[in-house]
Amino acid sequence: MATIRIPPTLRAEVGGVRELDARGDTVADVIDDLVTRYPALETQLLRDGELADFVNVYVGGEDVRTRDGLDTEVRRGDQLILLPAMAGGC
Amino acid sequence: MAVRAQPASLLDLVGSTPLLELPRLSPRPAVRLYAKLEGQNPSGSIKDRVAKAMLEAAEATGELAPGRRLLEPTSGNTGIALALAARLRGYPLTCVVPANVTAERRRLLQLYGAEIVDSPGEEGSNGAVRLALDLAESDQGFFMPFQYANEANPRAHYEGTGAEIVDALERVDVLVAGLGTGGTLMGAGERLRETFPDVVVAAAEPLPGDEVMGLRSLEDGYVPPILDVSKLDRKLLVTNAEAVAGLRLLLEREAVLGGVSSGAVVHAALQLADDLEEGVVVCVLADGGWKYLSADFWDATDAESAMERTVWW
Repeated sequence: MATIRIPPTLRAEVGGVRELDARGDTVADVIDDLVTRYPALETQLLRDGELADFVNVYVGGEDVRTRDGLDTEVRRGDQLILLPAMAGGC
Repeated sequence: MAVRAQPASLLDLVGSTPLLELPRLSPRPAVRLYAKLEGQNPSGSIKDRVAKAMLEAAEATGELAPGRRLLEPTSGNTGIALALAARLRGYPLTCVVPANVTAERRRLLQLYGAEIVDSPGEEGSNGAVRLALDLAESDQGFFMPFQYANEANPRAHYEGTGAEIVDALERVDVLVAGLGTGGTLMGAGERLRETFPDVVVAAAEPLPGDEVMGLRSLEDGYVPPILDVSKLDRKLLVTNAEAVAGLRLLLEREAVLGGVSSGAVVHAALQLADDLEEGVVVCVLADGGWKYLSADFWDATDAESAMERTVWW
């Protein structure tokens, strides 16, 4: 069981909550569990089975794109953070 | 008369910033920690490199010539740097700025002569980018350097920041810089890889407060065209509270007053340095703390809630 932090943009799809629990040993499994329960999230998070370009997923504070992508391991008690890609660079 | 030619424009003083070793911050003596002090640039940030390079590149191609007005979405440093460069080169400048940036930034932009257009604060930088793109489309008199998509941005860091680090050090194992447009990480990262093929290029990325993330769909997210995430080896999220903890350490141990992204870079660098037995870690500190003095996080016990309403880098 991992917790997932939901960004404000997606909270309406999940009943307004900021954080959810989800099951899975990899990021792919956790997202699968999430979209099974909240199907409206699927088109927002995934494109052709990959993470959508404008979605960042972090496990242990690191972007899964610089880890193992959707195969990144999720351990019990890990926190996943979903964020929209933001322009920075003030 | 001077003995030798002295600079006759602040633009001649951009770059060649000091590289300072931070022995009091290093977790162990065999790990050498260095900071590239980009706050020493003329307008106080690394963005002087980018502003100068973008204007020179546009003048060289003829896209930018007298009579045009510059336009740029920026929550601060790029605008201030562009305003300095634009004033010296003789161009007027309009900056699109999220409404909730710190007072110092707004004041500095005005003092250097920029006109300010506010974008909705709750939309963060994405909102500023969107509004600036709309304005540029509606008025052909604007020339928008647009640091997010301008190759002169990473090139300034390839030819400047990165080359200077390579010249100064015989070995670099880790390069840490803040992730904004991606210019520093792409440009300096590429230059360092040429000389040190195994260097780990690590991004410190802000975890934005809920209030600045906006409420539109994820499809309104923005990935700067110059940023290629596949060229990053690490991409680490740093909370505002962690960035402030990094800032305080930097100030207490080394008496370096950094800006918020510098605190985040120090935090990430210490995290990465912890995994090293020995080696060389270089932190790019993008600006000093002067522009953040009015912010109330310095002494706050709860830095996170003191900072969640603003985009910091």
